[in-house]
Amino acid sequence: MADLLRDEDRIFKNLYGLHDWKLDGARQRGAWEGTSAMLGQGRDWIIDQIKASGLRGRGGAGFPTGLKWSFMPKEVGARPHYLVVNADESEPGSCKDRDILRNDPHLLIEGCLVASFAMQAHACYIYVRGEYIQERNRLQAAIDEAYAAGLVGKNACGSGFDFDIYMHHGAGAYVCGEETALLESLEGKKGQPRLKPPFPANAGLYGCPTTVNNVESIAVTPTILRKGAEWFTSFGRDNNKGTKVFSISGHVNRPCNVEEAMSIPMKLLLEHHAGGVRGGWDNLKCVIPGGSSVPLLPKEICDTVLMDFDALREHQSGLGTAAVIVMDKSTDVVKAIARLSYFYKHESCGQCTPCREGTGWMWRVMERMVVGNAKTSEIDMLLDVSKQIEGHTICALGDAAAWPIQGLIRHFRPEIEERINLYRNDKPTFVQAAE
Amino acid sequence: MSAQRMALNQPKDFSFSAAAEKEIDMWVAKYPADRQRSALIPALWIAQKDAGGWLPEVAMRAVADKLSMAYIRVYEVATFYTMYNLSPVGEHFIQLCGTTPCWLRGSDDLKAVMKRRIGGQNTITADGKLSWLEVECLGACSNAPMIQISNAAGDHYYEDLTAESFDALLDKLVAGEQPAQGPQNTRHTSEPEGGATVLIDASIYKQGRKLTKLPNQAKKLEIVRHAGASKAAPVKAGKPKAATKPKAKTSPKPKVVNAPKAAAKPTPKVLYTDGPTDGTPDDLKVIKGIGPVFEGELNSKGIYYYRQIGAWKAADVKMVEGEALARFPGRIKRDDWVKQAKTLAKAVAKAAAKGV
Repeated sequence: MADLLRDEDRIFKNLYGLHDWKLDGARQRGAWEGTSAMLGQGRDWIIDQIKASGLRGRGGAGFPTGLKWSFMPKEVGARPHYLVVNADESEPGSCKDRDILRNDPHLLIEGCLVASFAMQAHACYIYVRGEYIQERNRLQAAIDEAYAAGLVGKNACGSGFDFDIYMHHGAGAYVCGEETALLESLEGKKGQPRLKPPFPANAGLYGCPTTVNNVESIAVTPTILRKGAEWFTSFGRDNNKGTKVFSISGHVNRPCNVEEAMSIPMKLLLEHHAGGVRGGWDNLKCVIPGGSSVPLLPKEICDTVLMDFDALREHQSGLGTAAVIVMDKSTDVVKAIARLSYFYKHESCGQCTPCREGTGWMWRVMERMVVGNAKTSEIDMLLDVSKQIEGHTICALGDAAAWPIQGLIRHFRPEIEERINLYRNDKPTFVQAAE
Repeated sequence: MSAQRMALNQPKDFSFSAAAEKEIDMWVAKYPADRQRSALIPALWIAQKDAGGWLPEVAMRAVADKLSMAYIRVYEVATFYTMYNLSPVGEHFIQLCGTTPCWLRGSDDLKAVMKRRIGGQNTITADGKLSWLEVECLGACSNAPMIQISNAAGDHYYEDLTAESFDALLDKLVAGEQPAQGPQNTRHTSEPEGGATVLIDASIYKQGRKLTKLPNQAKKLEIVRHAGASKAAPVKAGKPKAATKPKAKTSPKPKVVNAPKAAAKPTPKVLYTDGPTDGTPDDLKVIKGIGPVFEGELNSKGIYYYRQIGAWKAADVKMVEGEALARFPGRIKRDDWVKQAKTLAKAVAKAAAKGV
């Protein structure tokens, strides 16, 4: 079961940029092979194949990609269809899309063509986060190459399908990774999420039917069609199929990005690919398994947990973007989470009151907890407030701000209490004065 | 919420450079006819570059006029997004990522360096060269800690920093150099330090068997390789087309034609020595992209001096790659060892001349 992925089964063969990213190099690695035949099979075939492959969205929520595509209207009416690719990668810990954009851009462009064809979208926008300036230059160069070679544009790949692809960029706002905020931003507005419904498949970009997909979800589709849905389903457990790019950061000996099969045990992932936890596995304190928004997991769970959507959910965490942030025993875990609280406070768009006010409030309490300047009862109050933010905002940023704190309290409550007691013992006069 | 305020002292006028105008027009053309507002974010970014790294109010108004928008709609966007600097910045504007993944790997050390050398956030040094800001996750977490430097040469990531390497980086910037972007240790991109442990099976990069049919295909279709701009006819079921010409690919076999001695142009004498015969060998690790392992391999091939590498021609590069660095094709070119080595060799020669 613990077989590692073989190199030939990796989709992103130039993940580290050690080879030519340009069209010739990409073709050598198999990109743009048989694309016109895929389009020739018809849109239903493409959607059925993606459904059969069990591909779940790689942007965090894990929604089945084929199903999402099938929500688009079957026929194009008065309003054109759009595909928008979410390359606004800003989840702390996550840096996988960056490697796809700069090192395997042709897989993404080919995926855009295939996905757009399946949804009858004649135009596709790739929204790259503002800070990825080198990456977007690289992507634009690849798009230009594809146009010059007739792979996209009028009569793309000789299929008779006209397809235009554009690179767009943001200007530094985490919330624009949320699909409706991204659409607002793409329309030249502040990135504030829209109320749903209507869902983007009905009224998205410019009020037209739109599908928003993550970079990785789109970039893997041509390879799935080339190698077959069965190939893709041969990796991972049921309902968690395929391969996935993991970003490993924090206290490991050799942080890296690596593509692996889903459902790989976390311990194997860290020890085999990232050189193990600094100071050995027993020096592990906790791991945030899927980017900053998901609750952390203490070592006891990390010993055995598998890296997939369902296994992590069982432990009240999530796979998210598969950005694994490792913390060893030397970490001040309260401070680590407090820093994330600051992040969410900074990135809240200010539209919904629970999030706008709550993220700041939670951060200020967390900063006091870092030094222990709090009452034990405030731990419960913090938990309670986080529950009031969660689920009471338009987008998931409120949830994302609440979960890390809930995870911390769930697993490290004794540590917070101990710190509060220490602080009080040090400063008895302060406590008396406060009461 | 991060609230941004406009600077108190605002310049009186601003006008776009011709290049900037053209670039904005290019952006506007990307969107449907009545949706030029979509170009706002890129246009503001271009205006910021044009105005010297920050966005004065006049520039916002110029953008609004260009896109036929109400000023308030532009102000609203300019104050919302954090990449617009609403007050002046240094010639080299440094953004330090301080979010948890970078913090875990020592971004506080980098912060200390900046506090010591520059002062607090948004302070511009007396010479106008440096200023810095702590920002949220920049999306290079497996290369933490990292910073982004924006200056006239563009916007570049500098990753895998330590306090020492960061200090040295700042020295270079102040001295007017533009340091090479990317990881500042031996890594190339996001592979584990010490070399990739996956994607090392060379056979996956050979021109494999061509796809003849798609798995699970519903209709039988010929695989047409769309070659270049020449228009291939649309695919029709059951009608094989002769248009299958795989475009002139780079030769699948990276076999080296030029043996070291047979090579006519590159002088083999320069390339290989029997040992460090010409005095103390140069420290090849100074060249970005060469670590202790590569140095060892190069030494074992008789390469000890910058001038040797500096004299390489394309054929030599291919040969060295074929022999010593087979696992890392293209690396020499990417990091431009030859150019680096040339510069270093010149410096060594100069120093030697002075010494005499």
